[in-house]
Amino acid sequence: MEIRENEEKKFDIKGLDLYYGKFQALEKIDMDIYANKITALIGPSGCGKSTFLRTLNRMNDLIPGVTIEGDIRFDDENIYEKDYDVINLRKKVGMVFQKANPFPKTIYENIVYGPRVHGEKNKEILDHIVERTLKEVALWEEVKDRLNKSALGLSGGQQQRLCIARCLAVEPEVILMDEPTSALDPVATSKIEGLLGELALKYTIVIVTHNMQQAGRVSDNTAFFLSGKVLEVDNTAQMFSNPRNSKTEDYITGRFG
Amino acid sequence: MKAYEKAIEKLILISAIVTTVSVALITVFIFKTGMPILLQYGVLDFITGTDWSPTSEIFGIMPLIIGTLAVTLGALIIGVPTGIACAVYLSEIASKKTAGPFKAAIELLAGIPSVVYGFFGLIVLVPAIRNYILPIFQKFNPDLNTSGFSILAGAVILAIMILPTIVSLSENAITAVPQEFREASLALGANKRETIMKVIVPAAKSGIFSSVILAMGRAIGETMAVLLITGNVAQMPGSILDPVATLTGTIAMEMSYAGPTHQQALFAIGIVLFIIIMLLNILAQAVMKKMGGVN
Repeated sequence: MEIRENEEKKFDIKGLDLYYGKFQALEKIDMDIYANKITALIGPSGCGKSTFLRTLNRMNDLIPGVTIEGDIRFDDENIYEKDYDVINLRKKVGMVFQKANPFPKTIYENIVYGPRVHGEKNKEILDHIVERTLKEVALWEEVKDRLNKSALGLSGGQQQRLCIARCLAVEPEVILMDEPTSALDPVATSKIEGLLGELALKYTIVIVTHNMQQAGRVSDNTAFFLSGKVLEVDNTAQMFSNPRNSKTEDYITGRFG
Repeated sequence: MKAYEKAIEKLILISAIVTTVSVALITVFIFKTGMPILLQYGVLDFITGTDWSPTSEIFGIMPLIIGTLAVTLGALIIGVPTGIACAVYLSEIASKKTAGPFKAAIELLAGIPSVVYGFFGLIVLVPAIRNYILPIFQKFNPDLNTSGFSILAGAVILAIMILPTIVSLSENAITAVPQEFREASLALGANKRETIMKVIVPAAKSGIFSSVILAMGRAIGETMAVLLITGNVAQMPGSILDPVATLTGTIAMEMSYAGPTHQQALFAIGIVLFIIIMLLNILAQAVMKKMGGVN
């Protein structure tokens, strides 16, 4: 299922199995995720795509009873190795959640939280990070006059862009997005979709989405999940125009799911 | 069916009225009995007077106010950090299995009658302060002396008594912090300690704060335990090892033998207590309203 041999692999996943207790949620996943590309994970609810996404920054560690077998290599290191530095992994692999989850702090404090945790104390540098990241998510003009107001006063779409900015503030290499627009209206959604293309110039993006059009619009590569397995991974244009698996075709064309 | 519902509604209404009227009646009675002497003696003299000699009809309750505040403050200094740390441990760090017995023990603490706390303080804490704590203090100030009946004894016992309030309410507040905040913090590469200290506890601050206020109300109102171990000497204390009398303790102790004027003065103390608690409630609500927003 290799897509392009010549491009840099960010993640190299081989034979990944994941169990919640006895239930097997992911089965023999093999996939490569390429640097500076947008990879979309699609599939019906409960197919394991969010679970898979959360293996990439080890957020599943928080859930009791999860066991993982197989290999996930990030920059050629197995992230499930015993002594692997999870903190450093999560710094490099940021995450944006389905529901915008800004901290109940000011806009400014939300963004500098990550850099501060990683030891940045210089006020000027922090100010600069706030301005840079808010500009990157095209929120700067809207909020520059109320940085010290609560982030909870922002609209849903603004909150989600703030969360993306917060994620960018720790200078990740990869951004994982778990249905980032599913709770947003079409205008806010299109703003975030517009951002993705620009962000992909600097970052590697993996996005879970329920929205086929979204996957088609924004992603370079797409993986189709069904019942914990990856049925097909391919170049998005290729998959959407000419899927190899009949189930992929059924799902994409809306015949089930 | 309709009549039945109407009857129930009326019954509930009556319950509400009974509760409210009780409060109103108590208030009216306290003020009616205590007000005359307060006005006759002078409100300012009553509150700021430093001499409480009811047999000579000198009623200055400053020593009692200081006594109450000192014991309460001491209890908060000991009890609040302990209680919040305990709540954080139970809700964020301990596994459910470990937390169970701890929670049961803390709930038990709330069920112990206050006179038992007082008795425990009398038998264990008061001699311990006399025998073990005093020598430590004397290293810094050789002239210090104590019988063990002291602010410190009262503060320690009250601290234990307010723990259940602080722990269970703070724990509820911390548990109620949405999981998303934890995930957001951890996903940014924060560790567990940073997540707790910088995200979870601040997000739960209004609940934690209200637990502290409730605890404070309880500490101010507590009578029996404090009465047994603070010495009940109405004088301005010089150190935390000095005995004090509290507002509530004085009412409880002296009511039985008080003459008519003295009795009125004790009711006037009741008015002061009443107002302190009211102010505390107003303050708490104001601060919580402010905390409801951000920073």
